[in-house]
Amino acid sequence: MEQDAAADSAAARLVGSFLERRREQIAQRWADEPLFRTVFTVSRDEAVEASKAVVDALSAVAVTGRLEDIEAPGFRAVRDQLGRMVASRARSGFTSAQIADEVAGLRGSVTELMRGEFPDPAAPDAKDCVLSLALLMGTLRLVVMETALSAGEELIARQRQQLLEVATPVIKLWEGVVAVPLIGTLDSARSQVVMESLLNAVVSEQARYAILDITGVPTVDTLVAQHLMKTVAAARLMGAECIVSGIRPAIAQTIVHLGIDLGTVLTHAGLADALAYALERQGIEVSPRATAGAGRL
Amino acid sequence: MNGGPFGGLTPVPVLALGDILLVTLQGELHDGTAEQLQEDITHRIAQGNASGVVIDISGVEIIDSFLGRILAEIASTARLLAARTVVAGMRPAVAITLAELGLTLPGLHTALNTERAMDLLASPRSPVQKGT
Repeated sequence: MEQDAAADSAAARLVGSFLERRREQIAQRWADEPLFRTVFTVSRDEAVEASKAVVDALSAVAVTGRLEDIEAPGFRAVRDQLGRMVASRARSGFTSAQIADEVAGLRGSVTELMRGEFPDPAAPDAKDCVLSLALLMGTLRLVVMETALSAGEELIARQRQQLLEVATPVIKLWEGVVAVPLIGTLDSARSQVVMESLLNAVVSEQARYAILDITGVPTVDTLVAQHLMKTVAAARLMGAECIVSGIRPAIAQTIVHLGIDLGTVLTHAGLADALAYALERQGIEVSPRATAGAGRL
Repeated sequence: MNGGPFGGLTPVPVLALGDILLVTLQGELHDGTAEQLQEDITHRIAQGNASGVVIDISGVEIIDSFLGRILAEIASTARLLAARTVVAGMRPAVAITLAELGLTLPGLHTALNTERAMDLLASPRSPVQKGT
């Protein structure tokens, strides 16, 4: 076993020095591979430079002998670059499996060069070296895939955050009246954000009336109803009156069928009705101008 | 903390403004202090002619179930003595916590700030929601 390990690390070092020596040639060949050629379309020199960086990283990893370690320090240097390449490929509509195939395609040319190094391809050290190289290229593929996955996760997390921020604006409808038009499905995280932003607006606007408009909510189940009631209760505790508006006929029926008791919640059919109620309670009367001919209502 | 009349705890001052009692709570409230406050308010209403109590809790960051119950009890006792109680200035975070806990304090009147609370008490009884 110890002999094997010694042979392996010797092969790894050989691969490392081979990559370092043939850096220029490998880079030239890789620059013509689809992966580099299609990403760096502007100039071939750029593709060659990128290939060189990847070769350098591989040789650094090989010299340390950590052929199968995707966390090897050598890969760190090229991770950004690989990430950019993967993102660019993904933008042009490639699936991650296709990208992996392209990375695997890099192996052919470098193995060919490696075989040329040895006069006798059947010699044991030649086989060891080719094997080590194959291992190393497999690890590179893993690194690329991992980069692609983490980039995707980051994107999802960012978009989720954006959705939370975008979907819950608090609007000041009148002096002392604020409203939140809810759009889309309400889950716990979103209703928490809605509740917080609405209550903060109640404080900052010194609003007596807060309107929750659920016209854009596709379905109301017991969970959503519970969230609504909690928001209403919290607003009441702060001294504001909370009105739920925009209950469509279908949703009203669902609520009744589910047996949800919204008795503690003040509801109105539309946002306009809710606003009219809030204005009336504040002693504000809205009427057409006398010159318009209709006179006062 | 050397053995005052309330066992070393500073009592919460109860101010009388006309026929309204104003109490301002600040920071964390000791359980004993809260009970003492409840007693003080009851006595003040019984002695004087207070028709309303305003409890300003804008300086309170945490309300637990105990303080919530004390507030509800103050309101109930005050109602027995024909006075209305308004809790003013509850912070959003506190309101959310109480709503999550299910402590919606029914029967307690609320207002955004002390000024609104005074307006509420000055107005005739009808616009105020009837407590249960």
